[in-house]
Amino acid sequence: MVNMQEFSLLFGGKAGDGIDKAGLIIARILTQLGYRIYIYRDYPSVIRGGHTFSIIRAAQEKIATHKESIDFMLALNKETLDLHKNRLKKDCFLLYDSDQIKTGIASACGIGLALGEILKEENAPLIMRNACLIGGFSKAAGIPWDILEKVFRKEIPKDIDLNLKVARRGYEGTKELFRIDKLGQISLPIVSGNEAIGLGLIKGGLKTYIAYPMTPASSLLHFLAGLAQDFSLKVIHPESEIAVMLMALGFAYCGERVAVGTSGGGFCLMTEGLSFAGMGELPVVIMLGQRTGPSTGLPTYTAQCDLDFVLSAGQGEFPRFVVAPGDAEEAYFWSAVSLNMAWKYQLPAIILSDKTLSEGTYSFDIDSIEEIKEEEPLFWDRKPTYKRYLNTDTGVSPLAFVPDKEAIIKVNSYEHDEFGITTEEAKIATLMYDKRLRKEKCLIKELEGYNTVKIYGNKDSSVALLCWGSNKGVCVEVANNLGLKVIQPIILSPFPVQQFQEALKGIKKLVSVECNATAQLVRLINRYGFSVDAKILKYDGRPFLPDELEGKVKETIK
Amino acid sequence: MPKDLGTYAPNTWCPGCGDFAILNAIKTVLNLLQEEGTPLEKVVLVSGIGCHAKIVDYLNVNSFYSIHGRVTPVAEAIKIARPDLKVIGFAGDGDAYGEGLEHLIFAAKRNVDITMIIHNNRVYGLTTGQYTPTSPLGFKGRSTPFGTVELPINPLELMLSSGATFIARGFSHGLELLKKIFKEAIMHKGFSLVEVLQVCVTFYNMYAYYDQRVYELKEHKPEDYGSALRKIREWDYNLDSSIPLGVFYKKEMPTFEGNFLNPKAEVIDRQVKIKEILKEAV
Repeated sequence: MVNMQEFSLLFGGKAGDGIDKAGLIIARILTQLGYRIYIYRDYPSVIRGGHTFSIIRAAQEKIATHKESIDFMLALNKETLDLHKNRLKKDCFLLYDSDQIKTGIASACGIGLALGEILKEENAPLIMRNACLIGGFSKAAGIPWDILEKVFRKEIPKDIDLNLKVARRGYEGTKELFRIDKLGQISLPIVSGNEAIGLGLIKGGLKTYIAYPMTPASSLLHFLAGLAQDFSLKVIHPESEIAVMLMALGFAYCGERVAVGTSGGGFCLMTEGLSFAGMGELPVVIMLGQRTGPSTGLPTYTAQCDLDFVLSAGQGEFPRFVVAPGDAEEAYFWSAVSLNMAWKYQLPAIILSDKTLSEGTYSFDIDSIEEIKEEEPLFWDRKPTYKRYLNTDTGVSPLAFVPDKEAIIKVNSYEHDEFGITTEEAKIATLMYDKRLRKEKCLIKELEGYNTVKIYGNKDSSVALLCWGSNKGVCVEVANNLGLKVIQPIILSPFPVQQFQEALKGIKKLVSVECNATAQLVRLINRYGFSVDAKILKYDGRPFLPDELEGKVKETIK
Repeated sequence: MPKDLGTYAPNTWCPGCGDFAILNAIKTVLNLLQEEGTPLEKVVLVSGIGCHAKIVDYLNVNSFYSIHGRVTPVAEAIKIARPDLKVIGFAGDGDAYGEGLEHLIFAAKRNVDITMIIHNNRVYGLTTGQYTPTSPLGFKGRSTPFGTVELPINPLELMLSSGATFIARGFSHGLELLKKIFKEAIMHKGFSLVEVLQVCVTFYNMYAYYDQRVYELKEHKPEDYGSALRKIREWDYNLDSSIPLGVFYKKEMPTFEGNFLNPKAEVIDRQVKIKEILKEAV
């Protein structure tokens, strides 16, 4: 019997079959019933063909990871069944296209729908096989037809009547086998990590978003382009990531809150501009969605392999803000704060995401998020004469923007004096270098007012899992099962040494969990004199799953 | 009395450098613009890296001293952000035609209303004498001591085919023509490129060569694409032909930044709108 407190559904087929959308519709149906959702999307780097699947996990409590084992499988082709049959639980429910899958079915738990035949009878296009399977699943799960219809009408803009007709055929061709009941709690919106980042940036005052397409950042570009009119945003897709970054600096010069988005490869091209942002003190937010490298690597799979890179990218030394949110709420909150910090301290801010977070889909509870302060940067007090790089106690120079009758505003990539004129004088060079670095000290102080190192699980445990970014979800789940503590530094630059030290109190065994091969977070904490007792690393492009990680953690701490 | 527009930065160009002509011409034009109603605060100058780029240190005007090859995207962004500004980019031939060429092509393609002034001395000066994309075949520079084995590009032809709506050429011996062209280019609504044959006296002194060959276009119809192409092709930067100066091409077309000029009138409450979007995502 399936546990209705928490279950997983796998929807699989070929790339181009509409798996993504189908998964989202099922998630929305379950949302209507009050479930909390996490969706994992797995797809190859192709447009058509190649195996694609979504795992929709639903639970009563909020979740941020998916599981290996599957309670329900909806299969559009035989490949789905072949590749994932080991995931199926004993009491699983399988719904499949019996025109595609004729052999090898564990008939005890499977129901076949002759999708090809049904579509032919209804004169419907192939893409509507999804509708038929969703109809079949809804009936099997005892989900009322009106809920399905409501979600369909909202989610499917085209040929809704035919879609409903085909879904009805699936609904009627199946019988009720179990019940997914309505939970007594409100429905939460479901958003992808990138959507949460996009909304957070908007909340933080974003005016312009510039990006060149690259997985897993592209969906942020698409999302914001779609919202451009609603929020009067300028969304621009230029010729390269080099242009993206330099354009962003031009917008920052004009006082426009601007963000860019990319993955590791695009960020490589941005680094000359990043260094310029450091020297020119131009605020810019960079959303970096990591994927498996090096080079093109596994373009549609996840990794946490660019931490070292973002911490040191760009020539020279300059302060930067790096934040690694772990779920949709953190992504929203910290994206807004990133813009605020970038402008307050006039430096580049990097939101370090990965494919798991960016393209994962979460139930999103905006009311659970701490209030985001609206913060203005330091503006010029209009006392003559304006100097763009005025040397101050905090290192932060007051801002003026073009056009200003009384200010001449000069930005410079060379070392420069306070006015912005190029200099090679040793004394001025040292002065200005110190001025820029001084900003970091103030930023560290400011961040003491934020929860920069989060703690979960059993706070009294002397064993802790150390994680960052999207591994938060899986680590928290495992820690809750095993009675362990979880420590998640969210800010990675400037590193919150004090809060981290605080979090480590009473810990005798610290186990790091990272999706890279060389334990990059461990290297970072080593710099500040901290160390771990064990490392659990994964770098095959797939995120950790709770059962898998639990096994490894048990092995490590026994 | 026109303002001097200078700064306290000491000028470090070589005596006789063609950049002085560009500096003097732009000073005159900026004063002219002020007289005609464009106040100086509405001008932003952008430069790259190279001898040319120091020009922004020598002008007491808003400026953005960018990095090598990246004048164009910055100039585009400033114009898109603040369409009421006049944005003038200064770039060298290495800076615009070598590293960063793609930006020039795309800015022309988009027809962003910026003016790009290319200091084309056909040699890398600041890095002490290497060939550039417009150096003639056989050019002996420090990286090609036995002469280059590649032909130069004709950047004006490239700009024409990329969609530039204003293309002109001037010469650093010929201040009056430079002023006239700069003014016209800045006033042109759309992407304008002015190439200046700017002589590097130290590494590639072409004054005598150009003096013998340049002539000013007369009775040329700049609105005619075919005539523009013929005149642009008259000199290929390689053969010792006559070299036309003046405005080759000029056409009015919609600008890129014009697309962003219609934001919704009402000021929206972002928080309210975010909640609306989330409601739709249930």
